[in-house]
Amino acid sequence: MLKTIGLRSVDDLFAPIPSEYRLNRDLNISRQMAESEIVDFFRQRSRENGDGYTSFLGAGAYLHYRPVIIDSLISRGEFLTAYTPYQAEISQGTLQSIFEFQSMICELTGMEVANASMYDGSTAGAEAVMMAVRLTGRKSVVVARSLHPEYREVLATYATHQGMPLSTVGFGGDGRVSLKELETAITPDTACVLIQSPNFFGTIEDVEAIAGIAHQHGAMLVVSIAEAVSLGIIEPPRAADIIAMEAQSFGVPLGFGGPYCGVIATREKNVRQMPGRLVGQTVDKQGKRGFVLTLATREQHIRREKATSNICTNQALVALMVNIFMTVYGKVGLKELAKQNLAKTAYAASQFAKHGKLLFNSAPRFNEFVVETSEDPYAINGRLLGHKIVGGLPLKKFYPELGNAALWCCTEMTTRSAIDTAAGLVAESERSVRSAKEEVEEMAR
Amino acid sequence: MKHMTRKATRHVNQNEGLIFEKSSAGKAAWKLPPLDVPEVDTAQLLGSAERKDLGNMPEVSEIEIIRHFTRMSTWNYAIDLGMYPLGSCTMKYNPRVNEAVARVEGIANGHPYQPEKISQGALRIIKTLSECLIEITGMDAITLQPAAGAHGEMTGLLMVRAYHESKGNARKKILIPDSAHGTNPATAAMVGYSVENLKSDSRGMVDIAALEAQMNEDVAALMLTNPNTLGVFEQQIHKIADILHAKGGLLYMDGANMNALVGKVRPGDFGVDVMHLNLHKTFSTPHGGGGPGSGPVAIQKELEPFLPKPVVVGKSDGTLGFDYDRPQSVGRVRAFYGNFGMFVRALAYIQANGPDGLRQTTEDAVLNANYIRKGLEGVYDLPYATPTMHEVVFSDKVQAKKGARTMDIAKRLIDYGFHPYTTAFPLIVPGALMIEPTESESVEEMDLFIEAMKSIAQEVEEDPQTVLDAPHSTRVSRLDETAAARKPILRWKPQS
Repeated sequence: MLKTIGLRSVDDLFAPIPSEYRLNRDLNISRQMAESEIVDFFRQRSRENGDGYTSFLGAGAYLHYRPVIIDSLISRGEFLTAYTPYQAEISQGTLQSIFEFQSMICELTGMEVANASMYDGSTAGAEAVMMAVRLTGRKSVVVARSLHPEYREVLATYATHQGMPLSTVGFGGDGRVSLKELETAITPDTACVLIQSPNFFGTIEDVEAIAGIAHQHGAMLVVSIAEAVSLGIIEPPRAADIIAMEAQSFGVPLGFGGPYCGVIATREKNVRQMPGRLVGQTVDKQGKRGFVLTLATREQHIRREKATSNICTNQALVALMVNIFMTVYGKVGLKELAKQNLAKTAYAASQFAKHGKLLFNSAPRFNEFVVETSEDPYAINGRLLGHKIVGGLPLKKFYPELGNAALWCCTEMTTRSAIDTAAGLVAESERSVRSAKEEVEEMAR
Repeated sequence: MKHMTRKATRHVNQNEGLIFEKSSAGKAAWKLPPLDVPEVDTAQLLGSAERKDLGNMPEVSEIEIIRHFTRMSTWNYAIDLGMYPLGSCTMKYNPRVNEAVARVEGIANGHPYQPEKISQGALRIIKTLSECLIEITGMDAITLQPAAGAHGEMTGLLMVRAYHESKGNARKKILIPDSAHGTNPATAAMVGYSVENLKSDSRGMVDIAALEAQMNEDVAALMLTNPNTLGVFEQQIHKIADILHAKGGLLYMDGANMNALVGKVRPGDFGVDVMHLNLHKTFSTPHGGGGPGSGPVAIQKELEPFLPKPVVVGKSDGTLGFDYDRPQSVGRVRAFYGNFGMFVRALAYIQANGPDGLRQTTEDAVLNANYIRKGLEGVYDLPYATPTMHEVVFSDKVQAKKGARTMDIAKRLIDYGFHPYTTAFPLIVPGALMIEPTESESVEEMDLFIEAMKSIAQEVEEDPQTVLDAPHSTRVSRLDETAAARKPILRWKPQS
């Protein structure tokens, strides 16, 4: 090949690079490894990574069963190793599957249009808010404190240089957005209110009431959904103007936090301000149905600095997992799946309530609940680890005012025996704290 | 077809409607285990929040689902089928060991909030990959949090802004060469900077005189792709960096074309202050039809305080953990820690190559691009004679005289069994054909490609209509994009 090109050595190819910058040594990284060594390396890392534990963690990342055909199908090289479907003639597989994905997301969310995906739920939330700012011509944003704390952090990062003042609205005793606070938080400059439902505590927000207040002031309502399985049994937030979703629950592995699958869905009239790729149906020159990427004039490769967002690569293969999951469970399965989540959680909540204190108990919930214990939940979780159980997420880090509260999650994967073991350990903790207290009181007497 | 190709023959593929069109009540592909806790009364638990109906969600059987997606998959072109010469996209082989290790139980199912004590495996992967990428780029520190290249650009510019703010002046604008990716200006706008275009010189490189004239204390950074989108290495890179640094500006490098540099030269050694990488380009994680990507951002020491949080650190007891206490951080750009599954794949790729393998990869990528350039020179117009690195840009100047534009030639290439090259980009080359073979291609595959491109050039001379009407071999051809945009149909609806 060098001879064909007319060069003598490979080094000649790199002649354009000034010699003082060329690296004349090996990179200081580990030597080339055999496939078997690579597999061993990652198996070892897997053993150091919670393999074999039962977990009660949710909080924006949920363990649901993944039907095996998801990986069989996404492993097909034609899906796995294809690029963004810009050349429609040889990308109809990807394009049609995205069209189906958009359609099913619309069915489930009650919205009219959905995009092909965003990076994740947190960035989808931030982008949805920016979309509302463009649509309303207003600048400021009211954010619920019951929105995932890390989603709030991401929004704060995105908002910093957009001149978008953020204010927060707290939650009441039922864990839901305080409507009274909301009334006073909204101003004539409020572009949108951003909430999550089911919210970070697992409680279902009164979306209609919140929408009523937002709309009355000419603001939009953006609803974030972090637990997609809830859509099987919980009424979708139909009163929302924009829905920003995290679809990880639909067949995407937990994977230590990513890659996941964000989605934005909205009303048809808002579509030209929606970020991200969109697939549309059309016909070819023979009149045959086909699919193409469309409305690209919103996007960075056409509009550059005037684009709706800088997003380019999205989460196509993950969206395909979500798509297959939705297809497998379908109209009936999604409902039954959601019902099992509801039943397991109701059982667990009732078991924990016998000894610990359930917070936010007066509002309906989906598959998460908050338990307040007398003892520091980190200490209880430490003991649970000994039983190969990962306990609920201590909330102190995000909500100092909630003290010893922890957020627990049950899905269809959680067994009754794990619930009983965990609830038993919490009961034990309560008993020992109580008897220690009684001892102190006795001594004081 | 007049000129038959050696690369491909036509074969039957299956028709397949939308999944909704196969649905009927009672079909199912799921089965839940029996409930081991008491049933609940949903109406009582949820009240008005209960959902009664799931609309038009499909009901189909498992074999129907398998066939549905398998049939659709056969309508796609893929790296696994042949050369995918999309310039600037680096469509290289996606090793299957990457997929295997990403699915090992503890790696696939780790929860982002599980205690650090039982997350040492994931943290070790993050740390090891970070160290490898720091060594490869010659930079001082890195964040793996950004979810894709454009997200990395945003993170990088947020750090640039925070750096300038810490010096008392955020500055106003970002300089961007006219050959840049569209994400660059879009990102600058998101971070609150205005964009000023910088023109290229006759060799396709940054015009040094223009840069000197435009550089002042209002410029926060120059966003430079190197090698640039013409596949040309900015030979005056040191001068560019000096001009920026002299006025307090920073040099941002878009690492989209890092596949031309790994193991041969390090951006940190030639004056770059901030850069992003695309793990889905250079480090072999699959494109998956448009993602997921991963866009780590590597930086020089002065920018370290501004890294997004959390940062993985070694603790006094020898374990790894997350550091959230970073008062000068730009904040979070994404929930959790980034596209971890892509870190696993990228690290497996680096391990499978080692120092010598990575170097050879780069050499082969550059060699392949030059081989294609040699093979097509004289057949297609080469607007810039400057030496080629990992990709080569031709123009349709010769063929346009017969009415065949770059998109027509690209569509005809499909009939020859190849995915098209990148069309009409970079914008500074009218009618661009941007070709990046990557190191993955054998000389045999490239010879077929060259033969196909030559054959199309000949067709343009003899029978341009065949090219203008292409592709002829696909299920659908020349879809009506104007109609799609004018009256968008973005979802399936039942026929009423």
